[in-house]
Amino acid sequence: MTTRPVGVLALQGDFREHIEVLRALGAEAVGVRRPEELAEVGGLIIPGGESTVIDKLSRTFGLAEPLKAAIARGLPVWGTCAGLIMLADRISDGIEGQQTLGGLDIEVRRNAFGSQSASFEVDLEMPVLGDPPLHAVFIRAPVVEAVGAGVRVLAQLDDARIVAVEQGSLLGTSFHPEITGDYRFHEYFLDRVAAQ
Amino acid sequence: MSDTTTETTAGTTGSSRVKRGLAEMLKGGVIMDVVTADQAKIAEDAGAVAVMALERVPADIRAQGGVARMSDPDLIDGIRAAVSIPVMAKARIGHFVEAQVLEALGVDYIDESEVLSPADYVNHIDKWKFTIPFVCGATNLGEALRRINEGAAMIRSKGEAGTGDVSEATKHIRTIKSEIAALTAKSSDELYVAAKELQAPYELVAEIAATGKLPVVLFTAGGVATPADAALMMQLGADGVFVGSGIFKSGNPAQRAAAIVKATTFFDDAKVIADASRGLGEAMVGINVADLAAPHRLAERGW
Repeated sequence: MTTRPVGVLALQGDFREHIEVLRALGAEAVGVRRPEELAEVGGLIIPGGESTVIDKLSRTFGLAEPLKAAIARGLPVWGTCAGLIMLADRISDGIEGQQTLGGLDIEVRRNAFGSQSASFEVDLEMPVLGDPPLHAVFIRAPVVEAVGAGVRVLAQLDDARIVAVEQGSLLGTSFHPEITGDYRFHEYFLDRVAAQ
Repeated sequence: MSDTTTETTAGTTGSSRVKRGLAEMLKGGVIMDVVTADQAKIAEDAGAVAVMALERVPADIRAQGGVARMSDPDLIDGIRAAVSIPVMAKARIGHFVEAQVLEALGVDYIDESEVLSPADYVNHIDKWKFTIPFVCGATNLGEALRRINEGAAMIRSKGEAGTGDVSEATKHIRTIKSEIAALTAKSSDELYVAAKELQAPYELVAEIAATGKLPVVLFTAGGVATPADAALMMQLGADGVFVGSGIFKSGNPAQRAAAIVKATTFFDDAKVIADASRGLGEAMVGINVADLAAPHRLAERGW
């Protein structure tokens, strides 16, 4: 078991919820806003929020390059919603100049379900977690529109749209396990951090 | 409390969790008032987490007077088309048809706002009837809980919009926070009277006494004009900040907007706030709230 804390990128979004879940599961969890804080962590969650804002702040405050380097070194990183967008190699509808950290060989579409009125919650079959299905909340959520050969699909909606993926040390989910009270995916992530 | 949720094979829309969830994702961010598509683009580029689409910023509503209403749908459509971040729009207090129109237009959040002229001096909108979430203003805990009881999925402390004077925003966020702290110190048999005094449902009062926080996200608004103002609100315990007239009534909106975003993220780091505060040019001129005659204070609308 690693003794290094697990970081949650704390530039904007629901980072507090992730930190609370990690602590409830017995992990040491810290917010990360600076390169020196990133250097201390043994794993990282990029939370939900606005991807355009997280992108901009990560570049403004000199975190983007250290984050890319950490991903390249194999740091376990899990992105939820905006975090999934940050980890995608390609965005089909980013705003002008929007960048990502990349790492997941996927293409994502932002706000794939439309405006907030179309946001929803649903039970989602997730074979890596077993039974019962994971209750998943999608808030102006992205979907994965294309995956490269090395990407494992972890969950799909009934219409086959991809909403959870894994590649190497990276995980990405369109939805928000941190706000439902079912923390099995956090445990799945922590197991991967511990195995690192 | 009931909830208008819609079950489909694809999932459930309009649940409290989904409505409150969007506000959770906006935390640590700045929501900016915009009156044109160009301003919306500037706000998005500067790092706004959402924009509030309206026809006149509060400072102009104040200066020009008259009845302030929901914005023209064409203006809202233009702003929605210009940006990819969430778009909010204001409906008058109690004007549930303006809210129905905004929902039909596909905005992401409705602000039932005291900045517009109230349409009903008795009732607020029954917000449970909508799939779209609502944010409402509050000056104290009782008011916040009454709005949550009506279905608000997010609360913003009111402050005094269109003034550039942060003193009322400070007062309201401090009031809400200290009233929450006082509830947590009460024994369970005191909560019945507390609910009566707060004029709020006992169940909500008991929940807050147990958890020590509102069940929805709490932003702050009304008079924030500088990076230090935004950081002050965050240090006082706000989850995020609305900036209305403060950006586009200032000398250099793009730079000021970006600076306020930085100061909101690094609200506890005075060096970052200092750097963000440099060279911003003129802040909005502002009005001291103390100079405003009571009938012109927007925060007193809503109850």
